[in-house]
Amino acid sequence: MKTGSPNVISDLAKTVLIGNRTYAVWMFALIAISMLGLNAFSRQLAYGLYTTGMGDEVSWGLYISNFAFLVGMAAAAVMMVIPAYIFKDEEIHKVVIFTELWAIAALIMCLLFVTADIGRPDRLWHMFPVIGVFNWPTSMLTWDVLVLNGYLFLNLYVCGYVLYKKYTGQKLVARHYVPIVFLAIAWAPLIHTITAFLFQGLGARPFWHSGLIAPRFLASAFAAGPAFIILVFKIMDHYKCCTIHKDVIAKIRIIVTVSLLVNLLLVGSELFTELYSGSEHSIHLSFLLGFHGKSVLAPWIWSAIVLNVIAATILLLPARQNPRFLTVACVMIIVGIWVEKGLGFVISGFIPTPLGDFVQYQPTLNELMVCFGILAFGLLIYTALLKIAVPIINGQLIQKKNND
Amino acid sequence: MSTEDLKNQATNKADEQEPTISRRYFLAGTACLSVTTAIALSPLLNAEEVPSGDDFIQKHYKELSKEDKKEIFAKLESNINKQYGVAATISDPQPLEGVEFAYVLNLGRCIGCRKCVYACMDENNQSRSPQKQYIRVMKMKKGTINLETSSHDYPEKEASSKDHFYMPVACQQCREPKCIEVCPVKATWKEKDGIVVVDYNWCIGCRYCEAACPYHARRFNFAKPQVPAKDINPDMGYLSNRPRYMGVMEKCTFCLHKTRRGEYPSCMEVCPTGSRKFGNIRDPESEVRKIIEQERVFVLKQEVGTLPKFYYTFAK
Repeated sequence: MKTGSPNVISDLAKTVLIGNRTYAVWMFALIAISMLGLNAFSRQLAYGLYTTGMGDEVSWGLYISNFAFLVGMAAAAVMMVIPAYIFKDEEIHKVVIFTELWAIAALIMCLLFVTADIGRPDRLWHMFPVIGVFNWPTSMLTWDVLVLNGYLFLNLYVCGYVLYKKYTGQKLVARHYVPIVFLAIAWAPLIHTITAFLFQGLGARPFWHSGLIAPRFLASAFAAGPAFIILVFKIMDHYKCCTIHKDVIAKIRIIVTVSLLVNLLLVGSELFTELYSGSEHSIHLSFLLGFHGKSVLAPWIWSAIVLNVIAATILLLPARQNPRFLTVACVMIIVGIWVEKGLGFVISGFIPTPLGDFVQYQPTLNELMVCFGILAFGLLIYTALLKIAVPIINGQLIQKKNND
Repeated sequence: MSTEDLKNQATNKADEQEPTISRRYFLAGTACLSVTTAIALSPLLNAEEVPSGDDFIQKHYKELSKEDKKEIFAKLESNINKQYGVAATISDPQPLEGVEFAYVLNLGRCIGCRKCVYACMDENNQSRSPQKQYIRVMKMKKGTINLETSSHDYPEKEASSKDHFYMPVACQQCREPKCIEVCPVKATWKEKDGIVVVDYNWCIGCRYCEAACPYHARRFNFAKPQVPAKDINPDMGYLSNRPRYMGVMEKCTFCLHKTRRGEYPSCMEVCPTGSRKFGNIRDPESEVRKIIEQERVFVLKQEVGTLPKFYYTFAK
């Protein structure tokens, strides 16, 4: 190991830093956007969250929206891990690590979005067990901290183990990592369920206070996450990074279709309950849909519903066999779910306020820049991880033995 | 192996043959990245508030010893003197034995003048820019208690309207406060006399408590709170009206720096109609206790199970 480590570092550095022109342009663009985001975040630290569109009425905005969406994207990796490890699907098993790496990148974005949302990031240590005060098990937020970091750690371990063993040319020992994979399978729905509990446990917010939120979160995540993975696989296939078997895409497509239909069922059930009863609690939903005065969010949520319905139709028609249609459907699902979960779910819970005040929320440019910065940084990390993982999995990047 | 990979490998080899060039590129890249990062971070130089080292390591209120408190209060007083030129005293009155505070508000009398709103601001050193108010007065249509049809921004000098009644809402000092349950760091808690307080030095600013409150009673300092020096109230409580920081939560504390030494809260003192009553609910002779026993009182949003100690009544 002693002589091995510099070799590892230089190998990794070379792999990440050297690439073709498309890669260089892509990475440069991501670094530039991340830097703009860092700049916007510095401004927010300097002048406070006043630089965002949030206020005492709508006190969580795009940061928490993106957080809720990305926790789902991270949890969705499990939908590839289950067929690979439980149903022993050979073809998916070959590429499953790329989805586990996505979980890592998505979790890093989640943690960054939470940090961006907090008023005093300098006091985050107050949350650390032992040196701080950790309000566990009462506060759902402390549960979320535990499960998110736990899931990040599990995925880092599995990916790190598999990649390191392949890189050094050693054999994978199943009992050294498969139990962790199974733990991660159980853990994945947990992270999204607890993130849903964060909202649905609040009796003060009737819009969130519904037992359907956790199942809805899972169903929408298992549609949007694998849809994103399909796009990634298509891009990797296009750039000849590795060959993705057609069956793999077809199988993921089925997962996406079923999840999307389940999500539509749950959303429909919720719409019916709220709107048919016409109880006072349905005010959030009717405002969101634009039935109760002017709502900035109404055009967004209607587009999201339309996007999801069209995507579901494409996936049910024979057109799904056409790769172009599939790509379009996947993009529609990702955008649709992002709007539904972020803008539609998180922000609508605050309008009207518990005292019946209708306050609109509009993110500021600075807030948007922080969001884009974090998303770009997440993609930067994911690209770098893939750049390392692809040649290792293909057997092109192997540690040289004569390094003395 | 695909053609692209072969090409990549070829470039790899080319780079290995000329390590000096690649090293120069590497150094140039690192330098470029560091400079860009420094520029990106530059707004921090103008930060409105930078916590001192002592602020950074300060423990939770409940873990502070008497000596710690003495030192911290003295430092705060000297900082206030420096910043505002005001000789403030910071007290830390403890809950009184056998006392549990309760509030009763007579909606039959309230005329919606908002005098309580501003007296509260004067007493509690809330930020004037942007303005933070603990009390929200709603103009309600008669014949309903529907909050969604209430008006929050009726004209400043409106006299009592015939077709409406007015409903002031502030922290309800719940017996089962949801806000303290959700706090991840126990920065907010219920004191023995039932007052829910915030440790402004421990709050991390996640605003989960604000989302959990059914009464919209909490206020967050999105910006650095601004109070003109002439408006500073020098009579300060550590857990109530001392100056707050940027990025932390605050709320009504029943003016604990006054009420724990036997005075009334400012919103009650200023009320011109006598709609507001405050006292010790455990004392059978207290005014609030008698009203609760004799009048028909109700609490706001009973269905959320927070058990408020803030009662409303429609008496004459």
